[in-house]
Amino acid sequence: MAEETLTRAAPTAPAAARDTPRRGFGEGALLVNAIFCYLFLYVPILILIVFSFSNSSLAGVWGGFTFDWYVKLFQNTRLMTAMGNSLYVATASMIVATVIGTLVALGMERFRFRGRQAFDVQLYMPVVIPDIVMAVMLLLFFSNAFQLLNALLGSSFRLSLTTVIMAHITFNIAFVAVVVRSSLKGFDWRLEEAAQDLGANEFNTFRHVTFPLILPGIIGGALMAFTLSLDDYVISYFTNGPGASTLPIEVFSRIVAASAPTINAVSTVIFLASLLLVSVSQLLQRRR
Amino acid sequence: MEGLPPVSDGIAIELRDVVKRFGEVTAVDNVSMQIRDGEFFSMLGPSGCGKTSTLRMIAGFEFPTSGELLIHGREMGQVPPYKRPVNTVFQSYALFPHMSVERNVAFGLEMKQVPKAEIAPRVAEALEMVRLGSFGERYPRQMSGGQQQRVALARALVNRPEVLLLDEPLGALDQKLRKEMQAELKRLQSLLGITFIFVTHDQEEALTMSDRIAIMNQGKVLQIGSPTEIYERPNCRFVADFIGESNFIDGTVRHVEGNYATIETVEGIKLRGIAPRPVSTGAAATLSLRPEKIRLTPPRENGLNGQASSFPVRVEQIDYIGSDTRIVVRVNDKRTVDVWEQNTLSTLDRDAYWQPGEEAVLSYLPNNGLILTE
Amino acid sequence: MIFFLLPFLIIIVYAFSSRSPTGGVEFTFTLNNFITLFSDPVYLSIFWRSIWMGVVTTVLCALIGYPLALFIVLQPVRWRSILIFLILIPFWTNFLVRIYAWMTILGNNGIVNSTIGFFGFEPVTMLGTQGAVLLGLVYGELPFMVLPIYASIDRFDFRLLEAANDLGASRWQRFVRVMLPLTAPGIAAGSVLVFIPTAGNYIVPALLGGGKVALIGNFLEQQFGSAQNQPLGSAAALLVMLVLTAGVVFYFRVTDEGER
Repeated sequence: MAEETLTRAAPTAPAAARDTPRRGFGEGALLVNAIFCYLFLYVPILILIVFSFSNSSLAGVWGGFTFDWYVKLFQNTRLMTAMGNSLYVATASMIVATVIGTLVALGMERFRFRGRQAFDVQLYMPVVIPDIVMAVMLLLFFSNAFQLLNALLGSSFRLSLTTVIMAHITFNIAFVAVVVRSSLKGFDWRLEEAAQDLGANEFNTFRHVTFPLILPGIIGGALMAFTLSLDDYVISYFTNGPGASTLPIEVFSRIVAASAPTINAVSTVIFLASLLLVSVSQLLQRRR
Repeated sequence: MEGLPPVSDGIAIELRDVVKRFGEVTAVDNVSMQIRDGEFFSMLGPSGCGKTSTLRMIAGFEFPTSGELLIHGREMGQVPPYKRPVNTVFQSYALFPHMSVERNVAFGLEMKQVPKAEIAPRVAEALEMVRLGSFGERYPRQMSGGQQQRVALARALVNRPEVLLLDEPLGALDQKLRKEMQAELKRLQSLLGITFIFVTHDQEEALTMSDRIAIMNQGKVLQIGSPTEIYERPNCRFVADFIGESNFIDGTVRHVEGNYATIETVEGIKLRGIAPRPVSTGAAATLSLRPEKIRLTPPRENGLNGQASSFPVRVEQIDYIGSDTRIVVRVNDKRTVDVWEQNTLSTLDRDAYWQPGEEAVLSYLPNNGLILTE
Repeated sequence: MIFFLLPFLIIIVYAFSSRSPTGGVEFTFTLNNFITLFSDPVYLSIFWRSIWMGVVTTVLCALIGYPLALFIVLQPVRWRSILIFLILIPFWTNFLVRIYAWMTILGNNGIVNSTIGFFGFEPVTMLGTQGAVLLGLVYGELPFMVLPIYASIDRFDFRLLEAANDLGASRWQRFVRVMLPLTAPGIAAGSVLVFIPTAGNYIVPALLGGGKVALIGNFLEQQFGSAQNQPLGSAAALLVMLVLTAGVVFYFRVTDEGER
């Protein structure tokens, strides 16, 4: 959702306004606040990274430098399976949600239909309600739907990694649609007319003009979906089945059990992965 | 489309009783017109008058609610834009931002699957034509507004359309660039001989560039004619008011004589003028009198010859505006009339010129005054 | 869409049903769940705490976030994109991991305690306090406040401040009467973005609150988990949604006006 506000942040102030000197805000105080904020945001993460190399089983004690935790992490089959599950869920839900979310966004921008506003609110709900509410709703839905289907068909559907993927698709569609829509806000529909005027039929217009121009938005939405999926603990926890742990579920249970300091190492890996993702998304936006 | 010989009789575009409604709003109201081959045709009117909707229907972006639209004799009804032999230059240019200038210009040819070997020379030729020969590699955002405008022109013209549609293409340019582009457009049009349909709300632009102009208001075409006809012989008050400036004096028709009629104002002043449409005695009518067609003379001097209508006035206000002097004269406590006099060396001698409060006689030739009924 | 509407309908049905002795559901129409929610002092205190923590977090984020966003806008363009990038990284980083980082700092054997222990002080219990939860919430949500405020200050025409200066407004008046109202949509959008996930947050109270500082999120987890009272949980979830839908509508209004 903040992605939307972000993409809207494209420089809109007139050039002359940018040249206006901006002074008299108490630069000193602003600087102190900014330093404080960046320290506040980054010191915990740095500590996490530093202690992932600490040869001590206590989280806050430095016991000399070691790579042991990383070795243990990559030897731990449970964690590695969970990581694999997470990547699988994130990839699958990203692909499906990106396709559907993009189509929804295009449909909503192009067609004005009755009840559009209700549809709007409904679409945005997963973005806005807390994940825990979404989680319990999906849990009830899956358990009831499966009860009904199993009674009718004699099948044996149950919660599994597939239900996690379906749950992630559900909330990711909304996020993708929001991001793609905000990139469509700036889209000049006359470009489509221009393409048609120059002899391109509907398909060629989409292929040569619309799609390349909204591609950064679609990629942004896809990356967002991927990240959100990797990030999610609550919804996965409620909708997963036996043996279908994702990485956050595994990490959470280890944190609660205060069992192994491998968490520092896992966290560092996750942090670096996030860093990579955000860098990619920023590079893509800049290319625009 | 190809293969069929155009059945045109020299008519490029024909509209027959075309209506376009958007929901409750009627944007184009029963418009009929014929646009000739090779003509520079302008549609002029205030915003919301239906000129852009008409252009968009010709381009195929909108379809008429009812009526017929023919391009070189072929009915275009629901034909999509990509199957029409017309191209458009958009108001905001609508250049594809992700393509270089060359790729922009080549787009239409590629879509029509023109052989590759033919595309490159035609693109180069089109860019040469708009004097952007060396700009092919650039991207639209790296170019000025005037250059983007030329790219848009090249992109449309490279397809050799039967008709080129221009939707207020000069609106975003500054005054000087506008003048340049006006000349450029005229040059290209006479060079290529293509029919241009030009939509604008700028009357001066329409008057200087067009072979014929259609004046539109509230979805209707009020008058179609050459710039001279539109300016000198407007057929209704709206056209007279919209094009240039005019004094309007209301009265009742007292006397009709051929094309000429005489109206009498409430104050009893009798005014003669030419009536572009037939009028009948007793009807309410308005005299439209352009400020530059009025002579102002001292009371005992003869102004214009005996044909002229005249009445006494008092000079009220004098504004020097460079090429002209604009004088407001008062007829009585309810009515003033604007008079423009071109400045000459003698009128610049301000001491010998009109002074506020002076008595004068206002006169005009009847064929410069228009008696309009609507 | 099915995946949202159907679950929504099911939760409404559950909210008006009752719990069977075995922990299942009996589909009989009743308002008891809502009555329980509004009458039980424990539940009420959880609700009030959620709202109160949400408000305090939002206000703190705005108080820290506005000057930070302003600082970023005032920097040269080159620096600005780096500073925003640094705000984006936490925004994209796993929430669980970020909160866990604070556990290693605040824990009984954490950095703070081992540091003060080195100087001979007694360890201080920080996990499981409201302060720790609040800290975690502000830490988690700060980027969501900074980004929309940044966007609105970036759009702000600073020439207006010169105009206000010219008209004799003092520094404070210029800020309160000109800049603040024009950048308020950013604050409002940020507030909605912060308040909603805060009020429903599960991870922070569970980890930094050690289960002692429960919010609505933890209550829901409990009802659907160990307590096996899905109807009561559904009623609470429905209430949360109703309150937040009002928030969404508010958000739409504000951002719409911001665009105009």
